[in-house]
Amino acid sequence: MSIKILFDKCTGCNLCVTFCPFGAIEVKDGKAVIDLDKCNLCGACVDSCNLKAIELIKPSAAEEKISPAEARDVWIFCEQKGGLIQSVSWELLGKGRELADKLGTKLCGVLLGHNIKEKAREVFARGVDKLYLVDSPKLANYQNEPYTEVLVKLIKKYRPEVLLCGATTMGRSLISRVAVKVRAGLTADCTGLDIDTKDRLLLQTRPAFGGNIMATIITPTHRPQMATVRHKVMKEALVEEGRTGELIEEDIDESLLSSRSKLLDIVEEIEATVNLTEADIIVSGGRGMGGPENFKIVEELALVLGGAVGASRAAVDAGWMPYSHQVGQTGKTVCPKLYIACGISGQIQHLIGMQSSNSIVAINKDPEAPIFKVATYGIVDDLFKVVPLLTKRFKEVLGK
Amino acid sequence: MNIIVCIKQVPETTDVKIDPETNTLIREGVASIINPFDTYAIEEGVRLREKFGGKVTVLSMGPPQAQEALREAISVGADEGVLLSDRAFAGSDTWATSYTLAKAIEKIGAFDIILCGKQASDGDTAQVGPGISTHLDIPQVTYVKKIEEIKENAVKVERMTEGGFEIIEAPIPCLMTVVKEINEPRLPSLRGKMKARKAEIKVMTSKDLDLDPSKIGLNGSPTKVMKIFTPPPRKGGQILQGEADRVAADLVELLKSEV
Repeated sequence: MSIKILFDKCTGCNLCVTFCPFGAIEVKDGKAVIDLDKCNLCGACVDSCNLKAIELIKPSAAEEKISPAEARDVWIFCEQKGGLIQSVSWELLGKGRELADKLGTKLCGVLLGHNIKEKAREVFARGVDKLYLVDSPKLANYQNEPYTEVLVKLIKKYRPEVLLCGATTMGRSLISRVAVKVRAGLTADCTGLDIDTKDRLLLQTRPAFGGNIMATIITPTHRPQMATVRHKVMKEALVEEGRTGELIEEDIDESLLSSRSKLLDIVEEIEATVNLTEADIIVSGGRGMGGPENFKIVEELALVLGGAVGASRAAVDAGWMPYSHQVGQTGKTVCPKLYIACGISGQIQHLIGMQSSNSIVAINKDPEAPIFKVATYGIVDDLFKVVPLLTKRFKEVLGK
Repeated sequence: MNIIVCIKQVPETTDVKIDPETNTLIREGVASIINPFDTYAIEEGVRLREKFGGKVTVLSMGPPQAQEALREAISVGADEGVLLSDRAFAGSDTWATSYTLAKAIEKIGAFDIILCGKQASDGDTAQVGPGISTHLDIPQVTYVKKIEEIKENAVKVERMTEGGFEIIEAPIPCLMTVVKEINEPRLPSLRGKMKARKAEIKVMTSKDLDLDPSKIGLNGSPTKVMKIFTPPPRKGGQILQGEADRVAADLVELLKSEV
């Protein structure tokens, strides 16, 4: 904490001098000057000044930062929506187990929600040793402020060494706030996490510049070491039925649960095929589709495969498909098990959004199309011929 | 209505290379642009001003050449540009960056709404927007795809989520990060370009802000880059050749185990 005079506002009126209980202020050359050796930062002068020329600089969370020596345990923020724990959390628990074992500490879960106590069983079955559970009607749905305050409170109280969270629309919004409040390092979208056992450091490897560069990031002196991981990057923790753990039901002061912004409604969009980031199989169409009506053949293939329909920016900009289907730099980043690109040339902006897919199939007339450089299997032919044939074949093979 | 739009200048392409000798990014010869996601924030700010009056201030932190990004924002309707530029800011991670930007916003003064793009195309973290609102202790709404209504003291917006959207009302002042769906950015007008050329960009250094020096730049950043490397390139695979019928059958055979 510190204090200072704003010289552009101070008129040297002497009022603060009379208010200071410690005689720490004098007026020199028409401006108040504080002797910091005498000042005990009580703030009496701040209140006395009519011109708001004195500022008490309050400590931010940084001053109470957690030291590496006192931090322990690996924490996973278990994201729930509508009472259902999201699969990204199971993936984080899979990785979290490995990290906790390397560090020789416990794997802990944090679960915020309402009427969710019965979910503890599922969390323990996925390998959690200790679960911190906060239950309140005000935590039923995600809201920035109450979720942030509760998580910050738990972190300050229990001091985890590592904290992982899904890189979802909820996770990214929440964890960035928490990191600021506890003065922790935060690394987004890690694709690799490991432990340097000597210094107990979390080695956080992530792509940057759309995957063209990889960086390994560390947080040497701040705790917890925080990272987000995208959905489908890590392998889910296996279920071990009947496994139990320690449940800690944390009481939270009601005052921490208020929110200045209000969640008025949650709208789930009907189109099930839109949820690209969840899909295991994606069939996408690009400029080569020629028009909106032709997307039908892509949709038919997606339907047979139980997959989602994607589109390149060119197809979206032409108005053939809605933006919610767009894959690529300015659209969604996806990593399905199988990505089938139909009539997509493969501009770098598109590749960024899908190149981490497990298998990529490219169908394009142009043998020089850059998409073939990343394709596991390529077919240089007319998509209008090939795609319906694929649909037919898959139908037979899958018995649909 | 006073609007502050935070923007970042990024390399035009993500196709950047590492210098194998120095292990640093090769930046020469790579053109710079406004982070594509920020262009939607600028446009939304300008639209709000056109509707409600006031001023749009664009704010950026970066090297001196980031002035160009601010001028570009002025050419499409922003009123003023402020650049935070100081060697002391170099190496800032998202914690230090959001702290420095928040301090600059306190200095700029009264605002109603802060707009940011949802993330930057080079770092892709999506952390700086929420970081700024936390440092300023104001409410935030991320991934805004539509501003439904501006009331006397609040905004009502649609926030995109994985499976649909939420409707949220946030009091003013607040910070919003926006997605592409929110609007279609305009192109600069001739008059806009003239204005941008003549505009005076205000440059602030660490001395102009009330900063805690232990929280800025590389030393003030909790995270450190241990190493950067080029990932092994994804190898192109097999090209299937022959009659379409045959090829389709072969492919289905190859993929059978994956579907």
